[in-house]
Amino acid sequence: MSRQLLTGNGAAAWGARLAQADYIPAFPITPQTEIIEQLGLWIERDEFDALMVTLESEHSMLTAAGAAASSGVRVFTATSSQGLLYAMEMLYTVAGWRVPLVMVNVSRGLSAPITLEPDHNDILAARDTGFMQIHCASCQEVLDSTLMAYRLTEHPDVRLPAIVNLDGFYLSFTREPVDLPSAEQAAAFVGDFDPENLQFHASAPLSQATAVLGGGPYSYFRYETHLANEQALVAYEEIAEDFTARFGRRHDMLEAYRLEDAEYAFVMMGSFASKARDAVDSLRDAGWKIGLLRPRLLRPLPKVQIQTLLKGRRAVAVIDQNISMGMGGILHSEFAGTLHGLPDAPPILASFIGGLGGRDIRQQEFFRMAETLKQASDTGKNPEPRLLYTEEELAEMRKFQSIAGLERDELTQGKTS
Amino acid sequence: MTEEQPIRFRSTRDLPSAHLLGTGTPTCAGCGGLEALHQMVDVLGNKTVFVNAAGCMTLLAVYPFTPFRGGWLYTAMASAPAGAQGVRDALDIVKRKGKLSEDEDMEVVVITGDGAAYGMGLSATSGAIDRNLNFIYLCYDNEGYGNTGQQYSAATPHLALTSTSKGSHGYPGFKKDLFSIWTANNPAYVATIIGAEPLDLAKKVEKLRSIKGPRMLLSLSPCPTGWDFDPKHTAEIGRLAVSTGIWPLKEYVNGQVVHTKIPRQRKPVEEYLKLQGRFKHLFQPKMDEASIADIQSRVDAYWAAVEK
Repeated sequence: MSRQLLTGNGAAAWGARLAQADYIPAFPITPQTEIIEQLGLWIERDEFDALMVTLESEHSMLTAAGAAASSGVRVFTATSSQGLLYAMEMLYTVAGWRVPLVMVNVSRGLSAPITLEPDHNDILAARDTGFMQIHCASCQEVLDSTLMAYRLTEHPDVRLPAIVNLDGFYLSFTREPVDLPSAEQAAAFVGDFDPENLQFHASAPLSQATAVLGGGPYSYFRYETHLANEQALVAYEEIAEDFTARFGRRHDMLEAYRLEDAEYAFVMMGSFASKARDAVDSLRDAGWKIGLLRPRLLRPLPKVQIQTLLKGRRAVAVIDQNISMGMGGILHSEFAGTLHGLPDAPPILASFIGGLGGRDIRQQEFFRMAETLKQASDTGKNPEPRLLYTEEELAEMRKFQSIAGLERDELTQGKTS
Repeated sequence: MTEEQPIRFRSTRDLPSAHLLGTGTPTCAGCGGLEALHQMVDVLGNKTVFVNAAGCMTLLAVYPFTPFRGGWLYTAMASAPAGAQGVRDALDIVKRKGKLSEDEDMEVVVITGDGAAYGMGLSATSGAIDRNLNFIYLCYDNEGYGNTGQQYSAATPHLALTSTSKGSHGYPGFKKDLFSIWTANNPAYVATIIGAEPLDLAKKVEKLRSIKGPRMLLSLSPCPTGWDFDPKHTAEIGRLAVSTGIWPLKEYVNGQVVHTKIPRQRKPVEEYLKLQGRFKHLFQPKMDEASIADIQSRVDAYWAAVEK
């Protein structure tokens, strides 16, 4: 065990190295590039025994990843944002192949408008693919979750691919102290890759990923993938126990922060949840009984654990760093579905959207959200969903718009400034 | 590099009599693609993983049946060559780690239609050539999106009627030259084949077996449903494609293009065209002599350049 200052990307690369991935199909995209650059460097220096191949697109990258896993090797890959979307057809496909592999996604807002900073619309677009999803809030978690993801993906009751998600810039380029297990410790935890029935050998003919005709066999295979995904909840518990026993760090499916006696709760995913954690501390200092629930595992969604942790609370604010156009926050919908109909479900489940494209969520905004929860709880009326935006931001935007208008007018009038 | 090995196929009598591909597939009667695939598999043998792009041949392996005695992996329409990359790399990794003997290794073969090969899959194909991937690429070219009802593709010939070019003039574009796109990037081997010329096909498959790197077989695949002809004419139309000079049989190896069968006395293209409903507007209600002459002149120009 050693301690190093690592970026989130560096931690992801260490995860792949310590898990002894055999094969890394790659394609560069900001802000993921540091991961594949680091892996490539280690491989060139003979410090890491793996084969890295740069494909010509993420769609091909995922195809190669799935095909290699279906031929019996341990696979790591990484992408972000537009790349994840470009690969989307293959996410569904390789999950259907029931191949274990781990992909790191470095979250970044989606076009249009094209941008570089993070939100979760990219990773949530992959919500229904069959890939499991682990969401991280620290660089240590990126490393640990990558190792745990290999155990999960290769678990005999699961055999599904997994995504480890970290936020671009906020985690990908932020250095934090990270405890690195030794190669031996990591290998002992992750174990050898067992391809089970995934192979192409001349003496054992096998057709994989064949077509089906009709809804009967199709539904059967789709249900199986769903049930295997749910089985991962059981497998996760055992893997998290083993991880804690070996490394002393515990990573539950859900982080419950100061929730024990909380009347109110924030729900947030990813690195921005650390802003909510700070707000909880301040609010607690001011006498509030408030806490934070941070889902780490989004697929499978630990529904029972969410119900248990939120039952009896007076009001809950789900803060979504994503937006489903025409509906609102995706996590809010997920939580509403999870809590619906429970006799002791929180009567107020408020929806806030913020942090799109890396937009900050300030402490004052958390305080306002807490106030909103309290008022809603007092009146018994669920508040309207809110899109977080400050007056200063609007003023700045109005300035941009006037400049854009000025430019347009000058150009249409043929003037040059 | 291939000249020294003994020649396995001197005449049609030398062609394999044992057929390796299972029967009972759901392809159409008279499928020219299946005809070529059959012959190719017989020469290649069973130590093959077929990596498939979406198309007609995707229906060869429908759960729980498969005609393949080796391996099969269906991928998607755009990325079969990337699937081949993953399989090839993984086999090399397990071999290097001593988990797979040389004897257990398999040849990786992409099987794709022209819809993917000439269009959507071209990026992945180009990438595989860039990376000098050791694989075989079989394109069964039926000159349209056949599996969805023969809409025109980039492989559709000039003036052919398709279900998206049904008008009185047919498809206005020209067939893309996939052979040259490949050879421009100096791959290990490229050849055109056709099921109606089994000896030429077998010789080429035999030759590419001894070569490593990106190797392509482009098979013109007469398609009774898409080209609108009686399935009994598949072989005849295939032979006419060659004897009229419309489908030149050639190969590219060591940087040189060699024509393997030069039709010295070329038949008029009319003989090929008139058997197919997709060209019936060139003959009915009256002969469109200008269009037929145009097609003929393009074929003549091709061979004039070859014979020069």
